[in-house]
Amino acid sequence: MNLFGRLTEKSWETPGADPTADPALSRPSAASVGLRVFFGIVTMLFGLVTMAYVMRMGTVAMEHGPVSDWRPMPDPPLLWINSAILILSGLAWEAARAGARIGRGLLLFAGVVAAGLLALLFLAGQLALWAQYAARGYYAAANPSYSFFYLITGLHGLHLLGGLYVWGRTVSRLLAGADAGAVRVTVDLCAAYWHFLLVIWLVMLGLLIST
Amino acid sequence: MATATIADDLRPLHHPKSWIGKYVWSQDHKVIAIQYSLTAIAIGLVALVLSGLMRLQLGFPDTFDFIQPENYLQYVTMHGMIMVVYLLTALLLGGFGNYLIPLMVGARDMVFPFVNMLSYWFYLLAVLVLVASFFVPGGPTGAGWTLYPPQTILEGTPGHQYGIILMLASLAIFVVAFTMGGLNYVTTVLQARTKGMTLMRMPCSVWGIFVASIMGLLAFPALFVACIMMLLDRLVGTSFFMPAIASMGKELGYEGGSPILFQHLFWFFGHPEVYIVALPAFGIVSDLIAVHARKNIFGYRMMVWAIVIIGALSFFVWAHHMYVSGMNPYFGFFFATSTLIIAIPTAIKVYNWLLTLWRGDIHLTVPMLFAIGFLFTFIHGGLSGLFLGNVSVDVPLSDTFFVIGHFHMVMGVSPILVIFGAIYHWYPKITGRMWNDALAKIHFWVTFLGVYAIFLPMHYLGMLGVPRRYFALGETAFIPPSAHLANEWITIAALIVFAAQMLFFWNMTWSLFRGPRADPNPWGAASLEWQTPDTPPGHGNWGPTLPTVYRWAYDYSVPGADRDFTPQTQPPGGAGRYHAT
Repeated sequence: MNLFGRLTEKSWETPGADPTADPALSRPSAASVGLRVFFGIVTMLFGLVTMAYVMRMGTVAMEHGPVSDWRPMPDPPLLWINSAILILSGLAWEAARAGARIGRGLLLFAGVVAAGLLALLFLAGQLALWAQYAARGYYAAANPSYSFFYLITGLHGLHLLGGLYVWGRTVSRLLAGADAGAVRVTVDLCAAYWHFLLVIWLVMLGLLIST
Repeated sequence: MATATIADDLRPLHHPKSWIGKYVWSQDHKVIAIQYSLTAIAIGLVALVLSGLMRLQLGFPDTFDFIQPENYLQYVTMHGMIMVVYLLTALLLGGFGNYLIPLMVGARDMVFPFVNMLSYWFYLLAVLVLVASFFVPGGPTGAGWTLYPPQTILEGTPGHQYGIILMLASLAIFVVAFTMGGLNYVTTVLQARTKGMTLMRMPCSVWGIFVASIMGLLAFPALFVACIMMLLDRLVGTSFFMPAIASMGKELGYEGGSPILFQHLFWFFGHPEVYIVALPAFGIVSDLIAVHARKNIFGYRMMVWAIVIIGALSFFVWAHHMYVSGMNPYFGFFFATSTLIIAIPTAIKVYNWLLTLWRGDIHLTVPMLFAIGFLFTFIHGGLSGLFLGNVSVDVPLSDTFFVIGHFHMVMGVSPILVIFGAIYHWYPKITGRMWNDALAKIHFWVTFLGVYAIFLPMHYLGMLGVPRRYFALGETAFIPPSAHLANEWITIAALIVFAAQMLFFWNMTWSLFRGPRADPNPWGAASLEWQTPDTPPGHGNWGPTLPTVYRWAYDYSVPGADRDFTPQTQPPGGAGRYHAT
């Protein structure tokens, strides 16, 4: 039954009728529903940060005359290198998914390990980016655009760290001998989460470099 | 996401062996619900004491030396924040949400029990961090519960040293805790309903909690972002919200930040928050009224849709809290219009409650008394909201006691009355004992009449122009002596209501040990939580097999049925059931 049908059901008129099959068979797993709900929350979080970003950018402060105090940041090559690494990490999850689907244990394991290591490399790259900016005098407190840069990359990195926690558990399960079937759902969800964080990152990157 | 889930009974439940595993580090939603509730009530008592201190100062100024102006501001701030966030949100969603959702939809537990447990411990941490702010140098923040910058973090505001940092940190932790809980509530409703429990067979309580949880998940990120940004302004020296400003004769390093930006973020959370508190109360009161009037809830589908529509609309009204902050008149027009539109689904709900009572077989039990009391206070508070929703009426009334009277009626007293009703209603299921009826009725009448004695005169004080958040009125020309007299009487009423709450605590505690054993279904309710094999429900709730649901939750007084209620688990057939509604 579609959502509209569900929400217009006249439940008082139909005692006994059971429109749903056994829910245990027909529903997606709780983890997959929960992850989709979580996507909504994170989208809201970054959407609000974006709103704040745009509003703060447009704030005209009296002490600066009719112009905003907003100063753009440079876009060093590392920004693009990091983004490429995050894309590769997502591709590695796809390889792992394929491995789990066709039952190739080695591909699965290599994919999972590569995905996580690439994500760690991405985080290291982001930290290096912070260090580069700080070395050139772009401190968080020096200008609102710098503040937002650290805030956004920090929030994004924390979400990726959460994903890496699940990744660590998955690796330990694989090392303990779990087969492809046992981790397939987890790998699918991790891949979805990584792609989601990639999309968030690309949108945030667009925001950062365009302003 | 890799947490073990209990979506069905195929997987063995996590069975704790030790006392600590059962009652402290518990993953059972019922234990977590009780932990949440007791913590929320404990911190709520702190806020209640603070309100008593505020009333003592307002009623009898120049009497209590230990209440200095900065203390008064701290009481105002902590009372507001605790009541709204740490008591009401936590009790209605963390407490009732946790207890009722799995039982009412026929699940064994929340879908992520471990995350659910973490949610409680993060909540407790948030409460402890908040409480710690009472004991740091400078005390808790006195910035007002809305924490508006720039004054929030400026010297001169009480608690600007450490109190504000702890407050912001505590709120951020609370949001993390709520997110973990809310994710559970929403996913459990979507994914773990038992066979036959369609969305439109869920009781209104579950609908209210479900929609409020979704709203919380979408609104709390705004508070989270605002807190983090303010923390950065305070600790790192960023200028998200802080404009160039001189404080105590010296120029601070800030420049160009936007205080209005904070207000937008805060109220983008703050207004939905009103409904995050109200919607579970709406849902629960619908069930209380239906059960104790022995009648199906009038217009069930309309009630559900109204909950959903109110939830959606409440994201488009936030700036009605900011009329006096200065905004484009067209924005004011937009937000006034959207605010008044919310009155439509809300009025539908009120009419439907009244129509459920109409010709019902009304049993004036204590839960029903509280439900009817809610109807009074909610209609009252809702109507004064129509005044404040209009820009031109709001501007003179803003920051007066009229606002205090309005929001205490509509989102303070009303949900609290529902919470009391709900505690009395489900207490027999939760504890297996009955409470003392006489004490409970005294508690109701003193509370109900008392809150009117407290908050009704505040509307008049507000129209006189008595400002809120003032330590003392002093010799102010436009404030007549009668206002001072009213303040004294409000304080006396508040102290009496305060004392009546002690009756409640005594009744609950005494009945826990000495109350008579309760019937498994003392009210003759049809919804699923009353049909558990054990009372209180055992671990896993349902014994060896999950229940199957055959009907909606409101089959009361069905013509031809052998009892005046038909449980959701009763298959059709036998006595005639069909009736046109």
